[in-house]
Amino acid sequence: MSSRTAGVRTVRQILAIAGRNLTKVRRNPGLFLDTLLMPITFLLLFVYLFGGAVAGSSHDYLRYLFPGILVMTTVLAGLTATGLSINRDIKKGIFDRFRSLPIARSAPLLGSVLADSARYLVTLATLFVVGFLMGFRVETGVLATLAGCGLAVVLGFALSWATVLAGVAIREEAIVQTIAFLGIFPLAFGTTMVAPATTMPGWLRTWIDVNPVTQAVEAVRGLLLGGPVAAPATATLLWSAGFLVVLLPASVAVYRRRV
Amino acid sequence: MDYAFQTSALVKRFGRTTALAGIDMAARPGTVLAVLGPNGAGKTTAIRILATLLRPDAGEAEVGGLDVVRHAAEIRRLIGLTGQYASLDEDLTGRENLVLIARLLDMPRSAVGSRADELLDRFGLTDHAARRVSTYSGGMRRRLDLAASMVGDPRIIFLDEPTTGLDPGRREDLWRIVRSLTADGRSVLLTTQYLEEADALADEVVVFDEGRVIATGTPAVLKQSVGGGQTVAVRPADPTQTGVVAKVLSAVSGREPDRSGGGVVTVAVDAGRVLTDVVLGLDAAGVDVAELSLRLPSLDEVYFALTGHHRTGDDERKAAE
Repeated sequence: MSSRTAGVRTVRQILAIAGRNLTKVRRNPGLFLDTLLMPITFLLLFVYLFGGAVAGSSHDYLRYLFPGILVMTTVLAGLTATGLSINRDIKKGIFDRFRSLPIARSAPLLGSVLADSARYLVTLATLFVVGFLMGFRVETGVLATLAGCGLAVVLGFALSWATVLAGVAIREEAIVQTIAFLGIFPLAFGTTMVAPATTMPGWLRTWIDVNPVTQAVEAVRGLLLGGPVAAPATATLLWSAGFLVVLLPASVAVYRRRV
Repeated sequence: MDYAFQTSALVKRFGRTTALAGIDMAARPGTVLAVLGPNGAGKTTAIRILATLLRPDAGEAEVGGLDVVRHAAEIRRLIGLTGQYASLDEDLTGRENLVLIARLLDMPRSAVGSRADELLDRFGLTDHAARRVSTYSGGMRRRLDLAASMVGDPRIIFLDEPTTGLDPGRREDLWRIVRSLTADGRSVLLTTQYLEEADALADEVVVFDEGRVIATGTPAVLKQSVGGGQTVAVRPADPTQTGVVAKVLSAVSGREPDRSGGGVVTVAVDAGRVLTDVVLGLDAAGVDVAELSLRLPSLDEVYFALTGHHRTGDDERKAAE
């Protein structure tokens, strides 16, 4: 068989697994709703509770916060859903079945992530509707908005491999779940998402400067509202590529060595 | 190819635990090989190595004449695996589970649905095809799991404790299915904790104990080694009479009875005919019998006969991972 047909077969296998995962989401929407409702809750809470105090008015604060919440949404979905569902598949023996089939070794993992990407789109669309109802307006254009969403999804996709790695390395699902949910705090909140860094203590600013999510928040802010984009967008893409290059092979290696 | 699958001096360690300490076994094509042993004996590890899910640390394993390490991808085209815990997606329906496997195996779109329906029919699941697996009973799960491993029409099938946890009626259903597999010329490796199951299905039995093979042979030979293949168990109504019962059983069978089972005394016998002698002997000794049975030896009795000691709960849990 030529390598090209092998490639086509792998893509079909990935699509089959992705279709299965989306069916599971439809029938079992709990985790999906978590990753949707948590950012929306934060959006409502922050805008109406602190907005006036932090930015002078709720509306100005919504304008500042929304791009950050958008990034938080994809990062949260990436950190929680994918790794946790893979962990479950391993425990139920479903990955054993996949692994005993003559299919590409990467298909089960890649199929899961592909299904998650489709979910991100639904989640982001919902977020934009809520933002619109609250009064948020994109100040650039459709293409820039799509680019912003794409950038956030790329980062979420890349970071999801951190939980995949934890999911294949750690047996206890509860521990993986805790790690995934706790990961959102330093990553999403240790950024300029809720407030500019100028008033923060030095150690926090150091972390914010290193944190790749900061770059994504700044880039998405630029893409939705206008402002510098090139530097933070490049940094986000480089970070995402870095995560993929390290975490993906590590996940596959640990997964193959599991009993 | 001489053997459907075989291992020689197969070793697998997990950290400091040795799960397999040099296993030799082989099965001719078209036969059922049963691996008999308690939990932790290494049965699952052996099956996972043959199914290319684990790499051996030493020794060799071949499936369909192919080495499990060097030719893992080719072997996966030949085999079907049914794990110890039904490897099914609970959120999907029975039919969707089979359709998923068929799609993964790159079957033509037109063939996917008909293959799923054919297997659902064959395994008696047509009426439940549209129900989610989470609503299935244990027996239905096992049958669907078997069906899932049959989607690609494998020549060699690995069944890891396919009937554990099933009630006796369901167990016989599954036995019928396993027999039908070899009728089509397939080879089967089956692990089990029940001598009765190995006796009912296997052409050859390999007995595992702590990662080693302690006996190999046909079920008939194996039963012979336990002493004729049948066991008489007697529970006197008065527990203080176990000594009297033991004397009677000893006289009838010519063997030393086992009194370690609480109020039950058991002894291996050569033929079912001795049951009359047992009844007459007990009657003559004035024993009021609460329970009397003639059955195949349990796994524990096989071990007692082969190793001379009873297994403890500790042994069984050891190396269970």
